Amino acid sequence: MTAIKNYVQSLFLWELLKGLQLTGRYLFKRKITVQYPEEKTPQSHRFRGLHALRRYPNGEERCIACKLCEAVCPAVAITIESEQRDDGSRRTTKYDIDLTKCIFCGFCEESCPVDSIVETRIFEYHGENRDDLLMTKERLLEVGDAHEKQIAEDRSKDAFYR
Amino acid sequence: MLEFIYQLISQYLLLPLTTMFVPVDYHSDAMIVLQTIVKILAILVPVLVTVAYFTYAERKVIGFIQGRIGPNRVGFFGFSLWGLGQPIADAVKLMVKEIVIPSGSNRSLYVIAPILSLAPSVAAWAVIPFDDTKVLADINAGLLYVLALTSLAVYGVIIAGWASNSKYAFLGAMRSAAQIVSYEIAMGFALVGVLVAAGSLNLGDIVDSQTGSIIHWFWLPLFPLFVIYFISGVAETNRAPFDVAEGESEIVAGFHIEYGGMAFSVFFMAEYANMILIAVLSALLFCGGWLSPLQGIVPDSVFSIPVIGQLLGEGIHWLLIKTSFFMFLFLWFRATFPRYRYDQIMRLGWKIFIPITIVWLVVVSAMVVTNVPPWFS
Repeated sequence: MTAIKNYVQSLFLWELLKGLQLTGRYLFKRKITVQYPEEKTPQSHRFRGLHALRRYPNGEERCIACKLCEAVCPAVAITIESEQRDDGSRRTTKYDIDLTKCIFCGFCEESCPVDSIVETRIFEYHGENRDDLLMTKERLLEVGDAHEKQIAEDRSKDAFYR
Repeated sequence: MLEFIYQLISQYLLLPLTTMFVPVDYHSDAMIVLQTIVKILAILVPVLVTVAYFTYAERKVIGFIQGRIGPNRVGFFGFSLWGLGQPIADAVKLMVKEIVIPSGSNRSLYVIAPILSLAPSVAAWAVIPFDDTKVLADINAGLLYVLALTSLAVYGVIIAGWASNSKYAFLGAMRSAAQIVSYEIAMGFALVGVLVAAGSLNLGDIVDSQTGSIIHWFWLPLFPLFVIYFISGVAETNRAPFDVAEGESEIVAGFHIEYGGMAFSVFFMAEYANMILIAVLSALLFCGGWLSPLQGIVPDSVFSIPVIGQLLGEGIHWLLIKTSFFMFLFLWFRATFPRYRYDQIMRLGWKIFIPITIVWLVVVSAMVVTNVPPWFS
């Protein structure tokens, strides 16, 4: 009986028609494409994008050149040089992140004892040569200054879990 | 409307041309030649534009079925217009690309192959009737001519695969040849069924013999042949789910792997022109061509109402609607079915389609001989 049923069903293309019915229904379903430049998907506050160096509210840079980020970086993308400043504190003279090496794992941010190096939500950047993708200390501080409000907000949202 | 434009062109463009450049003795001959050229252009240009926009429709329909929106960026003069400029941008891009001829290839065959595959699918339009009067060549062996030309398309594919001197292209060509030859038989038998039912090889007469109502059309008495004809048509044009000749996942692109730029786009156009041809043939042979589906349902007096009657009554627009439906089916199939395995294609062609068509040929012949109403009485 099932053999006959199977035979009749395959003769009348039953399963193919069912497939067509399914795709035919999808033809009229709502489209879920995000039209990127005009529309954007929501971002997590833990988004790991372009790096930034932060400052304290008084304008002093946070980084104390402990080189934990340099040590933890799995891609060896961070290069730090430091010296003692006149006031006796240790500060970086060079803080480079090579974005062509960076894998955006976020370990540098996690390892930082003073919340200095952070990853921001910025992901729409580009470089036209390799130099553009080498973030120097100045450029990192610039990014941090420009987006401090957003960065601080994101850190406070996540503070409970850290 | 179309007749009016045609009259205008012959009156004000062709007539002065002939009187100016042709000696008086040959006026009528020159006029016929020029008028034929105008008719050819009137068929060819819409067909090629349809080919271009069919690719757009394909991307749009498949996108919609997959929950996407398809191309919607390229438009005209800064307006995106749902991406309607996409096919033109694609065509321009393909035209400016270099055609690389592989050093190991057979040059002349390599160049001829795309032409050989496009020419038959365009030439077949000569006998397609768009109306009971609008047909370029009203020949009595129309069906035979169409069958012959659609079979010729396989030469383009085989020569392309052979002349490219590439393993993948050769494999694709061999697969395509075997597939087209197998399905040609089932397709031919389906057409023989139509021929028996209509009692004519002239495509216009075939449509005329379906006059009556929607149940007088041949899709009902020839239903198995109709289904087999369309599926064979899908297989003939190497479309999904029978696209093993291209087989992107295993032989990269099959027979046209070595072609680029315009040479590739000619193959592309041939594929789409063939699809449109199969669609229009399905509409003509099985779905009453330009006949109105309302015929026989609403009283005949409705068709004599000025504008509405013309729209509801028979006319070229019904043929276009039916053709569009079959063209849509091609896209729907592609979006739905996974590719058949090679042996499954062969099994389907030889062990299922051919026996069914032969059986139904006997049934149709019996119906014709015994004058079964309402079709053959």
